Amino acid sequence: MPITEETYLIYDGSFEGFLTCVFEVYNLKLAQPKIIRKSAFQESFFASNLEIRTDPDKAERVWNTIKKKTTLRGKSRLYYAFLSGKVEVENLLLNYIQYALKSTSPIDSNFSNPTVLTVSQIAKSVGREKHRMEAFVRFRLTQDNIYFATIEPDFDVLPLITKHFKSRYADQKWIIYDLSRNYGIYYNLQTVETITLELPSNFDPVHTSDEFFSPDEMEFQKLWQDYFKSTNIPSRKNLKLHIQHIPKRYWKYLSEKQV
Amino acid sequence: MSFERTQEKLKILADAAKYDVSCSSSGSKRSNKTKGLGDATGMGICHSYTEDGRCVSLLKILLTNYCIFDCAYCVTRKSNDIKRAAFQVQEVVDLTINFYRRNYIEGLFLSSGIFKSADYTMERLVAVAKKLRLEENFNGYIHLKSIPGASDELMKEAGLYADRLSVNIEIPTKEGLKLLAPEKNREDFLKPMIKVKNEIIQYKSEKNIIKSTPKFAPAGQSTQMIIGASGETDQQIMWTSNYFYKKFNLKRVYYSGYIPISYDSRLPQIGTEVPMLRENRLYQTDWLMRFYGFDVNEILNNDHQNLDLDVDPKLGWALRNLDQFPVDINKADKRMLARVPGLGMKSVYKIIEARRFRRLNWEHIQRMGVALNRAKYFLICESRDFERRDLTGIQLKSLILQNTQSKYRNSLGPQLNLFT
Repeated sequence: MPITEETYLIYDGSFEGFLTCVFEVYNLKLAQPKIIRKSAFQESFFASNLEIRTDPDKAERVWNTIKKKTTLRGKSRLYYAFLSGKVEVENLLLNYIQYALKSTSPIDSNFSNPTVLTVSQIAKSVGREKHRMEAFVRFRLTQDNIYFATIEPDFDVLPLITKHFKSRYADQKWIIYDLSRNYGIYYNLQTVETITLELPSNFDPVHTSDEFFSPDEMEFQKLWQDYFKSTNIPSRKNLKLHIQHIPKRYWKYLSEKQV
Repeated sequence: MSFERTQEKLKILADAAKYDVSCSSSGSKRSNKTKGLGDATGMGICHSYTEDGRCVSLLKILLTNYCIFDCAYCVTRKSNDIKRAAFQVQEVVDLTINFYRRNYIEGLFLSSGIFKSADYTMERLVAVAKKLRLEENFNGYIHLKSIPGASDELMKEAGLYADRLSVNIEIPTKEGLKLLAPEKNREDFLKPMIKVKNEIIQYKSEKNIIKSTPKFAPAGQSTQMIIGASGETDQQIMWTSNYFYKKFNLKRVYYSGYIPISYDSRLPQIGTEVPMLRENRLYQTDWLMRFYGFDVNEILNNDHQNLDLDVDPKLGWALRNLDQFPVDINKADKRMLARVPGLGMKSVYKIIEARRFRRLNWEHIQRMGVALNRAKYFLICESRDFERRDLTGIQLKSLILQNTQSKYRNSLGPQLNLFT
């Protein structure tokens, strides 16, 4: 018998977990499903709660179905939008998936449909930040000979930039660490793995001290800062444009903006 | 590496190179298959932006600012009393690699003043690129400035290591060049361009037959022109560009509003404002030619030799060609949609995709991000509203300007007031 009341599906926050929830929505024929991350969940009196355990097989089945029903672009938009971590993005994506599965042909470019349009807009802003992180990551050489970068992006973009940095910096060890989500990616010259770090209490993620970083590190930062200054043309100054290109929230990890 | 000496040189030689406006780091594919450093994937990345808002994607420096020439518009000219410096080949290599490893840059843009001779200078530029590729296993982007007058053999070698080559044409007309750089002649600029163009064609056709044929300047050629130093019209500038795009297969032409740097009586005096708005209009026109299917004659011709400063060139064209409008958003082809003021190519794509599902109305296209304040006068859609009524071009222009915020509004001043 189908359940008619609101049901909260609570999951661990992973993409696989989300897809498992989608599987259960169909499996249990839920009429009013709401998918919500465990970390964002607050007990509600009027709804029933289901805690969903992430199941890779179920997730894969859903993902394969989505792949068949969407274009390549639509599929990656879904994933990008998921990584936005926006409040209730899960329900928006569920709507999208339900609409896609119902249709006989791909709906990914039906921009007159509000759900499709919103998903593509969210995906676009995640894509923009992915691109910005490819640009604004600043590695600093540590005493252990690892190129180390800290970031605090609005969205969870590490999974999206892994490949870019792996193929680009194939001959150096590096770490990109997301301080706001407290995990990072580490390339050990062979593979990229996900890590969490216990940073020393006296470690300042913004300033470069000779306690942790290589002796030449400050020198190259100075050269870069000088370069940045010399290349500016004062008679063309346009700070509004400058800030539009590099929003201030990114400045603290940019070596050239640390003067 | 002696940091102090390098620091001093970098300040001088970056400062001298900043007037080169090319910043592209895209259009080349150099995948990192050998576990080396760098991987050019075809998409450019701006790693930072100067306070004037220009993209910083390459380490853009001169190898030296010693120069035997005395071109009036150039800071590096022989007669200018400035500090001079010269990098060693290895210094440039070390800087590039260390900046790249820290993810500061996409690669190197290397130019130079001409010292001793064209060939002697070009040889050293090529040596830097060669070292980066062969000794450092570097797959990042390299843009070399070709030195006018360098031999064909050196140009050929340059193309084997660089992603892009450029020769700055500097002054849009032959007459202007004669006035400001009497020692140079246009043929010296064109000769290396022709050589490179022919080599690109040849390498490409060989690659079709023999896969192992090396790449030759895979990101093509570009050039730049200084705008507003020698009194030319926009028509002359854009027709020159058009000629370069068509005849030399150039990838980009850059426009650089002249920044007064000397008291030479042949040039705008120091303190004269940089023609930034005009430069912007030229770039917009360039875009219309390359991506929007406009022929240069449609925008600039003998009857219309200069671009309007108060409206963008597409709107200007539309106002002169009202008979072609309104365009039906649900029926028009891509070419015509691209000509509607306020519609960019991304909106055009979305419209064409979305209208397969249903007929679109104002609300749909507004939500897709179309700038309706301009577009609404040139479109009809699934709605009875149509904004243009029987307005003349001048009335329309004034209506649109009233509802547009332009960052250039202040610099336009009295011109705008004519219509409000």
